[in-house]
Amino acid sequence: MSRKLELIVLAIILIFAAQFIFMSLTTDAEYAGADGEAEGVINDITGGTYKPIAEPFWEPPSGEIESLLFGLQAAIGAGILGYFFGYYRAKKTYENELGYKGKSKPESDMPSPEGDRHSL
Amino acid sequence: MHIMEGFLATPWWQLWFAVSIPAILYGIYKMNRLVKEKREILPLLAVAGAFIFVLSALKLPSVNGSCSHPTGTGIAAIIFGPAISAVLGTIVLLYQALFLAHGGLTTLGANVFSMGIVGPLVAYLIYKAGMKANLNFYAVVFLATAFGDWTTYLITTAELALAYPASDVLTLGGFLSSFKKFALIFAVTQAPLAIMEGAVSALLFKYVVNVKSDILVEMKVIEASVARKLRGTTA
Repeated sequence: MSRKLELIVLAIILIFAAQFIFMSLTTDAEYAGADGEAEGVINDITGGTYKPIAEPFWEPPSGEIESLLFGLQAAIGAGILGYFFGYYRAKKTYENELGYKGKSKPESDMPSPEGDRHSL
Repeated sequence: MHIMEGFLATPWWQLWFAVSIPAILYGIYKMNRLVKEKREILPLLAVAGAFIFVLSALKLPSVNGSCSHPTGTGIAAIIFGPAISAVLGTIVLLYQALFLAHGGLTTLGANVFSMGIVGPLVAYLIYKAGMKANLNFYAVVFLATAFGDWTTYLITTAELALAYPASDVLTLGGFLSSFKKFALIFAVTQAPLAIMEGAVSALLFKYVVNVKSDILVEMKVIEASVARKLRGTTA
């Protein structure tokens, strides 16, 4: 299997990472969230008169807890991705390479006694 | 980055809910019908949703010294269309609004409109146009998902500029002046992240094609001839 696309994506990520390392070494950029900066602009435009009409009814009590929940979000997603790609990959292997295609239940060819199935 | 809780005053937050809710309902209807007709697509639906979960959890540093995160909605848009993407996007936005104080419940309508509806719609249209023009499949996926991501933040910019025009009343000049200010934050921060999102989405599609191209053909995402070609000479 050709790895051309992987190399291109890796190159893009490396350029991005190199740029980040260079920028964070040479400037004192804060790397704050873009939404927080938008809040600053809103303050500028309205002359600081705008009061949010609602507050989040719960906020992560600290940056650590917030990282935990963001990490959890990514982990849930990554777990699901890994599970299904593994499932599909194994399914394809068994169907194509081991010749089970068309036989959805191999054991149905040779019925086994009930007791045997439980011992599997 | 989504519009924060409480940062859209009346009538804007109601307006975006009014626009988004019909789209979400239509998406739920389409999703139910699809799952009933083709149960075998459920894992793929989970993969598309999970991809949004992962990508929108990653706050990345950008060239201008601020952080934002990709959306990940392009995959869902290409496979399932914009309506179902709106449902998946809403789930992620709800998680972030409830547990992370990121985005918000009053601004949910506006955020769904940008990330769940217009972004995926643009990705979907670019994808269809690109495939019609017979361009390379992975290049088309890259373009569609990158521009879908970027459009999401252009819409966020427009939503904020509409709510906060430079003049007290909403005029075109006031809108444009505010649009420029917000665009400096969102559009500039997002451009490199959109490129990353496009690249990673193309890679994910390569793996989907590898293990499950038949389902993509069945969903009419790619034609059978394209699937054969991609599997023969995987990029």
